[in-house]
Amino acid sequence: MNLFGKLSWDAIPFDQPIVMGASGGMILGIVSVLGWVTLKGYVPYLWREWLTSVDHKRIGVMYIVLGLLMLLRGFSDAIMMRAQQAVAAGGAQGYLPPEHFDQIFSAHGTIMIFFVAMPLVIGLMNLAVPLQLGIRDVAFPTLNAVSLWLTASGILLTNVSLVVGEFARTGWVAYPPLSELQFSPGVGVDYYLWSLQISGVGTLLTGINFVTTILKIRAPGMSYMRMPVFCWTALAANLMIVAVFPILTATFAMLLLDRYLGFHFFSVDAGGNAMMYVNLFWMWGHPEVYILVLPAFGIFSEVSATFSGKPLFGYRSMVAATMVICVLSLMVWLHHFFTMGASANVNAVFGMTSMIIGVPTGVKIFNWLFTMYGGRVRFAVPVLWTIGFMVTFVLGGLTGVLLAVPAVDWQVHNSAFLVAHFHHVIIPGVIFGVFAGYIYWFPKAFGFTLDERWGRRAFWCWFIGFHLAFMPLYVTGLMGMTRRLQHYDVVSWQPWLLVAAAGVAVIFAGIACQVVQLVVSIRAREELRDVTGDPWNGRTLEWSTASPAPAWNYAVLPRVTGLDAFWAQKARAKQGQPAQARKYAPIEVPKNTPTGFVNAFFAVVIGFALIWHIWWMAALGAFGAFVTFLAFAFRQQEEVEIPAETIAQFDRAHPAEVAL
Amino acid sequence: MNVAVAVYDVKQDAFAPASEAGPAPKRVVVGFGFWVFLLSDIVMFSALFAAYAVLVHATAGGPAGPQLFNQVSVAIQTACLLASSYTCGLMSLSVNSRRRTATYGFALVTFVLGAAFLALEIREFAGMIARGATPQTSAFLSAFFTLVGCHGLHVTAGLIWLAVMMAQVAIKGFRPTVDRRLLCFALFWHALDIIWVWLFTAVYLMGVHP
Repeated sequence: MNLFGKLSWDAIPFDQPIVMGASGGMILGIVSVLGWVTLKGYVPYLWREWLTSVDHKRIGVMYIVLGLLMLLRGFSDAIMMRAQQAVAAGGAQGYLPPEHFDQIFSAHGTIMIFFVAMPLVIGLMNLAVPLQLGIRDVAFPTLNAVSLWLTASGILLTNVSLVVGEFARTGWVAYPPLSELQFSPGVGVDYYLWSLQISGVGTLLTGINFVTTILKIRAPGMSYMRMPVFCWTALAANLMIVAVFPILTATFAMLLLDRYLGFHFFSVDAGGNAMMYVNLFWMWGHPEVYILVLPAFGIFSEVSATFSGKPLFGYRSMVAATMVICVLSLMVWLHHFFTMGASANVNAVFGMTSMIIGVPTGVKIFNWLFTMYGGRVRFAVPVLWTIGFMVTFVLGGLTGVLLAVPAVDWQVHNSAFLVAHFHHVIIPGVIFGVFAGYIYWFPKAFGFTLDERWGRRAFWCWFIGFHLAFMPLYVTGLMGMTRRLQHYDVVSWQPWLLVAAAGVAVIFAGIACQVVQLVVSIRAREELRDVTGDPWNGRTLEWSTASPAPAWNYAVLPRVTGLDAFWAQKARAKQGQPAQARKYAPIEVPKNTPTGFVNAFFAVVIGFALIWHIWWMAALGAFGAFVTFLAFAFRQQEEVEIPAETIAQFDRAHPAEVAL
Repeated sequence: MNVAVAVYDVKQDAFAPASEAGPAPKRVVVGFGFWVFLLSDIVMFSALFAAYAVLVHATAGGPAGPQLFNQVSVAIQTACLLASSYTCGLMSLSVNSRRRTATYGFALVTFVLGAAFLALEIREFAGMIARGATPQTSAFLSAFFTLVGCHGLHVTAGLIWLAVMMAQVAIKGFRPTVDRRLLCFALFWHALDIIWVWLFTAVYLMGVHP
């Protein structure tokens, strides 16, 4: 038996210049960042203030950093695919061999859903939800850190697959029997499964944490119907996480048992049932779409109300629509596989539920429109993203209604039309929303706003680039182009795919603008400084505390008397009601702990060992994780007390906080 | 004094909506959060139950339930687990009344009953494998071993947790954090019972009456 399982020098693809170049670039990047941090002496600061932090705002920022970094990785996959399809027409084979192209589209989907959209959405929830609820932290701060670092473990393992071994070639859904050992004997599917199992545990813990936080910990007076809409959408998303991520865990566990121990859940022989995987996968997969898009809808709601200077139109209908989507999203999964053998009646039922779920979404669109109607709309960058979203998303939703008709789906399933549709809803729905939230809440995290000019440029590049990149795919899809083609014989598709490639280049310019925006804003941070804590004339509680918010968020928990609590406070202050003198009491905050970080280290060890069948190393990793857990369970001091004097000093230095 | 009178005596403003009170006490938050976790765990089990239901007749020429299940052994297992839930309840009462020796005693009985359940399950599995009814034989057996084994793994985790908790009581004594963890353990242990009742019904009772 080999000490290192299946691992040997052959695992590193020295013969593939593209892979080696990308790996080299990635390793060089990591080493140079680590080297720079070490040389500058930032390591103790990073360890003390960030890596061991259990503060929800810092955890949120770290999630967003992870998401943005992985956006670059996922987007470079997109560039490679578009470039390949732009040239590989007729007899041409392009520059990517099929087995590499297959890994790229699999990695692109996996990364964009699990490691870009999820961390960005969860990061923004971490940043904003406790502040909006008027509280000091989430229900379980240490668990929150564990969630973050488990997500980071999954991300690391996925990136390791670029250098050591390979990634799945099965598409991001990894349907059996293709993903079974018999047809995918390499480690690619194992990388996929273990990365997602590890990060999936992190996501589930986030779900539990936020459901508990929103239902049990709110400022005095913050009843359900006084919560900001973003908190409602976060609640819906996290309820769905709790309801469906365990299904994904169980499904992947079954596939792992098939691959590792020769079980027969989804195999072609001994009674296995591959269709069961497809059903279980989409019972998670469809709600997942709404887990991503509902918080983004919440961001659009906050942005449209704030920048129109009006309360949100139809708050109650917005809440109802959110919760209806939360429930209905569990009833539409079969529309992902109308062509795979269900009877006409079953298809018809799921076609109808899929159309019904468009109704609450339509309610939301009208609510945002009516919020802006008659308002004094300020066209700040978050508003551009919001309007861009509404225009684009309605069209993407309509192609979705088309696809919900089983008879139509039979014509265009598995085609470029489908690819165009789901990018048409996810990019404006989730990514535009996340960008709006990123600009909206950035000052609350760092104390200065982001540069407007570069923000506008980024928006227009993304908006135009998106349409250039995906509208042509509707056309080629209707012309019969199936998805995931490494090369094709029909030369009449090529002009459309060239336009799509140009679109990706324009989006690339948008991303470049965003990088420039960040650099320019950091340089000009003194001019962009948010001294009031309320840069946008906000309505919800997060704008009532200083920017950046202190570790304790609120010196005194705010008392809420209605919707848009901060707006009401400001109105009362304007009427000249005297601010009451504040009484400061010491505040206990949870102590920082390296538990999450160390635990994630062992999770990576376990995952890597299991992927390569290095059993002793997996046992060692499990033992390490258990000892870490014990060390946490037996620690003596759990909280640190911030003295009242420190809080009073901070308050005097930041008079912005409206005291009532 | 009956309850109705007790309620009458409370002042009206004590009935202000819960949302006016602000954040719930830590014990409520922890208990509630753990309930949410248990619900997610039950969702995971329901996926395994669904897989079992789909594959139960996919025996691929191998043995089916009636040839495999020994109802006497399963009955003893069930008795052990249900009894351990009762002793776990007695342990919770001892914790609430701060009786350390009683806590250790009931924890020990709970542990022994749980371990007996696990030993019987392992014997059942080993017996099946010895007769060639391995999880690799058929989709039905894959689903059976996964569903029942997953419950067994949960019981194992519960036993380790119980041992750690007794060490916590010994070293840290009864304090709020330890109390809350014991509360969560008790919830976990009872939830395993609930899952076992479904499992017993769906696998062992329905399994022998095709």
